[in-house]
Amino acid sequence: MPTFLTAYRWELRKLVSQKRTYLGLGATMAVPLIFVAALSLQSGSPNDVAFGKYVRESGLAIPLVLLLFASVWLFPLVTALVAGDIIASEHHNGTLKTIFTRSLDRGQIFVGKLLAAATYALLALVLMGGVALIAGTLKSGFHPLISLSGTHVSASHGLLLVLASFAVYLMPTIAVVCIGLFLSAVTRNSAAAVVGTLMAALLMQLIGILPGLGGLEPYLLTTQFQAWQGFFQVPTDWLPIGRAAWVCAIYAVPMGVAAYLIFLRRDVAGG
Amino acid sequence: MNAEASAPARSDRPVEARGLVKRYGHLLAVDNVDLTVEPGDVYGYLGPNGAGKTTSLRMLLGLIRPTSGTAQLFGRDPVILGRRALQGVAGFVEAPQFYPYLSGRKNLELCAAYDGGDARTLVAEMLETVDLADRGGDKVGNYSHGMKQRLGIAAALLRRPRLLLLDEPNTGLDPAGMRDMKILVRRLSAEGITVMLSSHQMTDVEELCNRVAIINRGRILYEGAVTELKRSLGTWYRLRASDLAQALRLAEGFDLGDVAVEGDELRFSGDEAVVEQFMIALGRHDVGVRALVPQQATLEQVFFELTESDGAAAAEPAPVLEPVT
Repeated sequence: MPTFLTAYRWELRKLVSQKRTYLGLGATMAVPLIFVAALSLQSGSPNDVAFGKYVRESGLAIPLVLLLFASVWLFPLVTALVAGDIIASEHHNGTLKTIFTRSLDRGQIFVGKLLAAATYALLALVLMGGVALIAGTLKSGFHPLISLSGTHVSASHGLLLVLASFAVYLMPTIAVVCIGLFLSAVTRNSAAAVVGTLMAALLMQLIGILPGLGGLEPYLLTTQFQAWQGFFQVPTDWLPIGRAAWVCAIYAVPMGVAAYLIFLRRDVAGG
Repeated sequence: MNAEASAPARSDRPVEARGLVKRYGHLLAVDNVDLTVEPGDVYGYLGPNGAGKTTSLRMLLGLIRPTSGTAQLFGRDPVILGRRALQGVAGFVEAPQFYPYLSGRKNLELCAAYDGGDARTLVAEMLETVDLADRGGDKVGNYSHGMKQRLGIAAALLRRPRLLLLDEPNTGLDPAGMRDMKILVRRLSAEGITVMLSSHQMTDVEELCNRVAIINRGRILYEGAVTELKRSLGTWYRLRASDLAQALRLAEGFDLGDVAVEGDELRFSGDEAVVEQFMIALGRHDVGVRALVPQQATLEQVFFELTESDGAAAAEPAPVLEPVT
């Protein structure tokens, strides 16, 4: 019997066959390489962001700086490239009728799509982190870090904290996946869903810096992209990390459920 | 590969739709449609563009929800049972569509996987069946419309269906493709598969189908046997004779209908026995019969008769001609 895993496997195969997949993954690998190349060619450091002033002292600082940089638009965009397209492209290609008349339930197909979009986002994150770690270590060495509290962090412990940071970063990324899926299901238009997802992320950043709305900032999705910094406080500040878990769920669950219900009940009248 | 034991068959009737209605805002796309397809039927679903054929088929396949009414396939309602209602059912509506960046073979493998089977050998067999074996490795984005149509048939046959629903299967096919499609439908029917197809090709439907439904403006105008439908317009005759004026005068003495001169022929309708007596009378009055040709309405003529008269009387209720079911 086919299950959601059947749909998941084929969604991955479809992603492997599409150019846009490589566009997003290529960007996540190119950004750390460009960053390290710029460090090699110039003498300054990005001192205005956390860990920016340590990028020449430890390669471990480079993936952390990139996590902050990527949260502005790179990750929302890369994630939206697939999540925003994965349902809309079925409408565009007229293929919903093809897959809805087989032996898989619509719900199973939806779960397969959600998992595939999340897998892609995870892969993008792993690639960016991996390339940043390797290129950063080659450039600045595998050296100890200075925490945000000013304490000394050994290189091996620092590596563990970097990996944990990437894991926490995955939470808001999955929430962006759900927003992308929702817009993909609602708009049935790939471009609108991709741009809409990116605009939603940018809008939240704008709200975060508007005067008078500062109270909202801890609950904005974009703020959760910085929750990992709690790992670099001494002692570890679990508050932003714990908050990221439930704030991301507040964004992800309703969006995911709404996308699911739309997908389940949609009339396939075109194509 | 399609055994879905959790959905036991409740009826042998492949299609049973009752009171199907689909409304889009103010537009009534399908208006109280009843359809009955019996096992073994090759069932033609005819209607002008926009009559509601495709919308009906979409409801049968569970792609859209009826506003009201029910559609059952082998006794199972797709609205209630989802994909379990499609056990033993396959087909496509409008042009079959596939992922353009995957090859034809990969698309079929995807379909087979979504049916729950590892059907690599079956995929090869189906590509052979629809004459796409040597193009199976090409991306579907490079296929012609006709090739996609054939791939659609292959994708449907992968399910080893007992009921095949085909929406305009001839669209985009060249004459050879249409001929092959006809041969395929005949073969599938001979293998025991019930086929329901919508078409604009009246001659093909007349040749292939034993039963038809004619739909116009969302309403069924006729459902029943093709032979019954054609008989409803009756048989008429064309007569060529040595003295047409005399023949016309003599015709007035018999119980013949629609008597008219058309060119060098006399046209009339009537029972065989009356026509026989009329011929004898012609001979007795020295009128030589050069030719007497019995004519029966073609499906196309009946179709136009029904749909155009329905169009003329659009505001009135649809006349339903003696449903046979």
